[in-house]
Amino acid sequence: MDTPKTAEFAHIGKSLIVKGELTGSEDLYVDGQVEGSIDLQGNNLTVGPNGQIRANVNAKGVIVQGKLEGNIHATERVDFRKSAIAVGDVITQRVAIEEGAYFKGKVDIGKPETRSDFKVASGAAVGAGSPIPGVAGKTPVTDSKKV
Amino acid sequence: MASVAHSFMKIFRGSSPGPGHLPSPAQTTKRLSRRSSGLAELGKSFASEEPLCVLDLGSTSAANIRYLTERGHKMYSEDLLVASTDPSLPIKDDAGNPVLDSKRFLADNLAYRPGQFDIVLCWNLADYLDESLVKPVVGRLWSLLKPGGMLLAFFHTHEAGPDAPCYRYHIVGGDSLEMQHVDPRREVRKGPTGVAHTTIGTGVRLQRVFNNRHIENLFRDFSSIKFFLARDHIREVLVVR
Repeated sequence: MDTPKTAEFAHIGKSLIVKGELTGSEDLYVDGQVEGSIDLQGNNLTVGPNGQIRANVNAKGVIVQGKLEGNIHATERVDFRKSAIAVGDVITQRVAIEEGAYFKGKVDIGKPETRSDFKVASGAAVGAGSPIPGVAGKTPVTDSKKV
Repeated sequence: MASVAHSFMKIFRGSSPGPGHLPSPAQTTKRLSRRSSGLAELGKSFASEEPLCVLDLGSTSAANIRYLTERGHKMYSEDLLVASTDPSLPIKDDAGNPVLDSKRFLADNLAYRPGQFDIVLCWNLADYLDESLVKPVVGRLWSLLKPGGMLLAFFHTHEAGPDAPCYRYHIVGGDSLEMQHVDPRREVRKGPTGVAHTTIGTGVRLQRVFNNRHIENLFRDFSSIKFFLARDHIREVLVVR
C-alpha cells in the first residue's frame, strides 16, 4: 500500500479534481483532490502526498500522507504518515501516527474482537502494548503490516 | 492579570533567535524522561472504570492516544500552538499593537460543547502561546470542563531561561512522561476548497514566564489549584473547575 501500482489500485492522479460521491469495491489511491464522500467498504484508501480530500471516508484501511478533512471510519486501521494533515474524527481499531503528523479530532478505538493496539512509526517510542481493561493478557504491538 | 503582567510577560520578547537557531534533527528526535507529580494525580482518574473525556492540547502523540484509549477513555487531540500560527489571525488592537484575533481563533478551535471534558492536558501551551490568546483560551477551557474536571499545565520557572525548548509530551506510565523537542510552525498550503492547511515545521520559543501569582490569576475562575515544583525548572499545575 506504500507504493501503489496503478494496476492494483484505482488511481486519482494529482491533476484530477473529483466532487461528489465516490464508491467502489477496490483499493483507491488519491493524489488529486476529492470533495464529497468516499465509501470503499472492505477496501483501502491511500491519500498520496499531493492528495487533498475533503470528505467523510468509509474504508477497511486508510493511509494519509497528504491532507484529509473529514471523518474517517476504518474497520481495520488508520495510518497518519509524517506529512499527514488530518482534521476530523477517527473511528477504527488501530491507529498509527508518525512524528510530524498533524491531527485534530477525536479518536475512538473500537474493540470488536480481542485487541486494540497501536503501532507507532518513526521511533515514536511506544513500547510493548499494554493490557486492555476487560481483556485478558497483554496486547502486543504488531509490526507494520501491509493492508 | 493582563494589565499587571503585560510588561512582565514581555521579558523574553524582542530577543528572537537568529536563523541559525533551528534545532538539529538529533535535538528533535531525542527524548527525555521525567516524572510528573501532576500526571500521577490525574492517574487516579485515568484508572477510573468510568470512561472519561480527555482533551490533549499538545502536539499529536500516538502514545497519549494509546494510553488513554486503552483505558477506555475518549480522546480528543488538538494542537493549539500550531493553530495559533494561522496567518489570518494577526490583527491590530485599539492601540495599534499587533495581536492575534482571539475571537477568530476560538471560532476555529476548541469548538466543543460546554462541560464536555473531564480532563484537559495543556502541557506547556500557555508558556508558548501568544499573549493575546492565553486568557481567552483558559476561559474557553474553563467552560469546556465539567464541574470537578481537571486541567494539567506546565509552566517554566525563571531559571529555565528564554531558550527553554518546547516539548511534545508522551505519557508512558502513570507518573512518567517522555519529552521530545518540537517546534511548531505553520506552513500554509491551500486545500481543495481554498482552505488553508498546516503542517509542522520549526520556529517557536518561550513567550513569558508566569510566577505563582500570575498562574493563580490565570486560573482564578477555577475552584482549586495545586502546584508541583519539579527539578527541571518546571512548575506543574493541576487545577480543578
